[in-house]
Amino acid sequence: MSEQTMTLNLKIWRQKDDKDAGSMQDYKLSGVSPDMSFLEMLDLLNENLVTEGLDPIAFDHDCREGICGSCSLMINGQAHGPEERTTTCQLHMRTFTDGDTVAIEPFRARAFPVLKDLMVDRSSFDQIIEAGGYVSINVGNAQDANSILVDKEKADLSMDAAACIGCGACVASCKNASSMLFVSAKISQLALLPQGEVEHEERVQNMVDKMDELGFGNCTNEAECEVACPKGIDLTNIARMNRSYLSSAVKTRK
Amino acid sequence: MSIKKLDGKVPAGDVKDKWNNHIFNMKLINPANKRKFKVIVVGTGLAGASASATLAELGYNVEAFCIQDSPRRAHSIAAQGGINAAKNYTNDGDSVWRLFYDTVKGGDYRSRESNVYRLAQVSNGIIDQCVAQGVPFAREYGGTLANRSFGGAQVSRTFYARGQTGQQLLLGAYSSMMKEVHKGKITVHTRREVVEIVVVNGKARGIITRNIVTGKLEKYMADAVLLCTGGYGNAYFLSTNAMASNGSAAWKAYKKGANFANPCFTQIHPTCIPVHGDNQSKLTLMSESLRNDGRVWVPKEPGDKRKPKDIPEEERDYYLERIYPSFGNLVPRDVASRNAKAQVDEGKGVGKTGVAVYLDFADAIKRDGRDAIKERYGNLFEMYERITDENPYETPMMIYPAVHYTMGGLWVDYNLMTNIPGLFALGEANFSDHGANRLGASALMQGLADGYFVIPYTLGNYLASEHPEKENVDLDAPEFETAMKSSQERFDKLLGINGKRSVDSFHKALGKIMWEHVGMSRNEKGLTQAIEEIQQLRKEFWQDVKVTGTEVGINIELEKANRVADFLELGELMARDALERKESCGGHFREESQTEENEAKRNDEDFCHVAAWEFQGVDETPLRNIEELSFENVPLTQRSYK
Repeated sequence: MSEQTMTLNLKIWRQKDDKDAGSMQDYKLSGVSPDMSFLEMLDLLNENLVTEGLDPIAFDHDCREGICGSCSLMINGQAHGPEERTTTCQLHMRTFTDGDTVAIEPFRARAFPVLKDLMVDRSSFDQIIEAGGYVSINVGNAQDANSILVDKEKADLSMDAAACIGCGACVASCKNASSMLFVSAKISQLALLPQGEVEHEERVQNMVDKMDELGFGNCTNEAECEVACPKGIDLTNIARMNRSYLSSAVKTRK
Repeated sequence: MSIKKLDGKVPAGDVKDKWNNHIFNMKLINPANKRKFKVIVVGTGLAGASASATLAELGYNVEAFCIQDSPRRAHSIAAQGGINAAKNYTNDGDSVWRLFYDTVKGGDYRSRESNVYRLAQVSNGIIDQCVAQGVPFAREYGGTLANRSFGGAQVSRTFYARGQTGQQLLLGAYSSMMKEVHKGKITVHTRREVVEIVVVNGKARGIITRNIVTGKLEKYMADAVLLCTGGYGNAYFLSTNAMASNGSAAWKAYKKGANFANPCFTQIHPTCIPVHGDNQSKLTLMSESLRNDGRVWVPKEPGDKRKPKDIPEEERDYYLERIYPSFGNLVPRDVASRNAKAQVDEGKGVGKTGVAVYLDFADAIKRDGRDAIKERYGNLFEMYERITDENPYETPMMIYPAVHYTMGGLWVDYNLMTNIPGLFALGEANFSDHGANRLGASALMQGLADGYFVIPYTLGNYLASEHPEKENVDLDAPEFETAMKSSQERFDKLLGINGKRSVDSFHKALGKIMWEHVGMSRNEKGLTQAIEEIQQLRKEFWQDVKVTGTEVGINIELEKANRVADFLELGELMARDALERKESCGGHFREESQTEENEAKRNDEDFCHVAAWEFQGVDETPLRNIEELSFENVPLTQRSYK
């Protein structure tokens, strides 16, 4: 709870709408407290802009607890900024020092078109889930929850994968704009549980096909995604998905 | 207009049989006919996503709306601790009856008994459904599901997925929803905000939304409208709610004639990270499950500024354990919050601001080892450290209460229908199950109970009895045109004021009034003052707010202004409800009504009822209708956790 505040030189991507070309704009912001979150710093800038009658900077955010996956931003070229396993909303200004220059850009990928300023459209992720990221069970079908035992280790691994918040940092930090960490996390979560195993092979095929169709790139094993992932989703999920994709391609060939 | 007595339409019979009998007695729609109906579901949190998925599975056509860029991001996702169910897997004496009993008692006897029993009854099915969906709940080495205990209960009945239970349950419901999107049974409209409810021939038939990306107003029609829009805790500006969480859809329903029940019942959650400064945008909750292993304490001496490790054991006051020996640190939320405030008011608060208490894990780490604690709360500890820059394995956490949940909401009958036919409210948006205080791990249970197991039956009964589809209504109906026009006028007006103060400055000012006078402790003088101050602030807002930009395209200031304008009316109703309820119960603590030991004192003689407010005009005093509550199964007693 320090009383000292900082002044920052901000370079922020401004783009009026999805048709505008957009450009980087400079802003000087003083009065930044180290206890503020990164988004509270942007709130402060916006409050100043609004007071001057200028259009505030649009960015996606909601829970501000690092779980909803709304927030994004490339901060000095890194998805969600410099802190490991931290979403932008949980990044605090104590990471920066007085006088720093901070460049803020939207997540960029062909499948994530910019809507305005730092706000992008990530509905392609929903389309991938729609292609098969579920267990086909209706309410009323379920048996007693303890009737199928689940290996604790597998349940834990499944939970590790399920922790994905769908923010898209993996895509934004990949030079191929690949979404394979996101896709493989969902595939792994369900594959590791007996409930999800039944439809596993078809699921892999459908989700991977959809991912390709939407313009996401392929994985070239550089692991930028794993480093950028705020939830620590493991690269081995991609290996699991690739193996399943190959074996199921043989079995489900129509 | 005179005060009405509302009928909750509770089925007759023993509480244990009500729901089963009701299911049998309700009308059905045959599978081939369900596809002729369309249902609007607003909100895609646990209630909305589960309702959308289940209704689509049954064959209804669903139009789902959410404010976020994806239905997966609704704020249910932030729930950490767990979900209750009466499975009794731990063999510690749990049952449907006990869960029912605990929830009625925990709600301080201001909920509807029959609804709560049904909630307990369907709770087990929720766990079965979620496991079948692939929700990775925590498990024991034998492969069975793990449980933990939670505040307000003496059994371990809480199922959890690390500290991310809400996330996993929501993603489960979302995946079921996407399964139905794939089949063409659900259409999802993202980045939409409800700005009007459309009522035709006395029945809810549609909504007007604002498309947040284009700025355009849009109209949608259906045979029924489900509001699953969450709570209104952001009236306080600072709360644990997400930034976009708002009360507008429910408020629009209220202004269309739906009664708003018990608006003053607000839950102030005891374990949140304390406020750091004026630029704070929201508060972060630390799961209540932490109270299983953490011990709450303050220094015995007021003004003791030593570091926690320098304060010896005998100079610490573990006040919850001292005052409530049988529940200790696991007293219900309202009790824990009020006691924290009492300690701070006595000058025993800790940290730089003096507005916090310690939650200490040292004993638990000594007892179970650091690894065991990490396994249970690892992600919460990480989150705490990220925000505060302090390591809770080494030094006690600092916590303080924050606004978290609103038990009040749209009044609904046993079928979850508001008093506007065809308009339903599910989850936190309604009022029915938690009374004056919600127990931990019960919000997730209620959201999913409403969506998976209640609405699929009661909606069918409404459609089969009322036949809205037979009324010739279409999108050109004058009611839709009028609603489009009034919505347009509202946004034009907001953009036309061109004053000097930012939207946030008004929201913060409202939040201050609310926290000060309609917060953890309330009294007649403060509440009267709050009503006057809010009215004044609202007047200033409509004269002096500055909304930049235009109506076209993304305009975040306009979005916020629209929501804050509603909070400025809702806040007044909350204060008014608190003023009229001259008793203490659950989260509503009136200083004038307390026991000799400073515990909340109910007044069952005069207030054993639901206050359901009826709109009369923005600057008019609303009518206070009531629904009498009767407790036939859980005898009315003064709550005691000692």
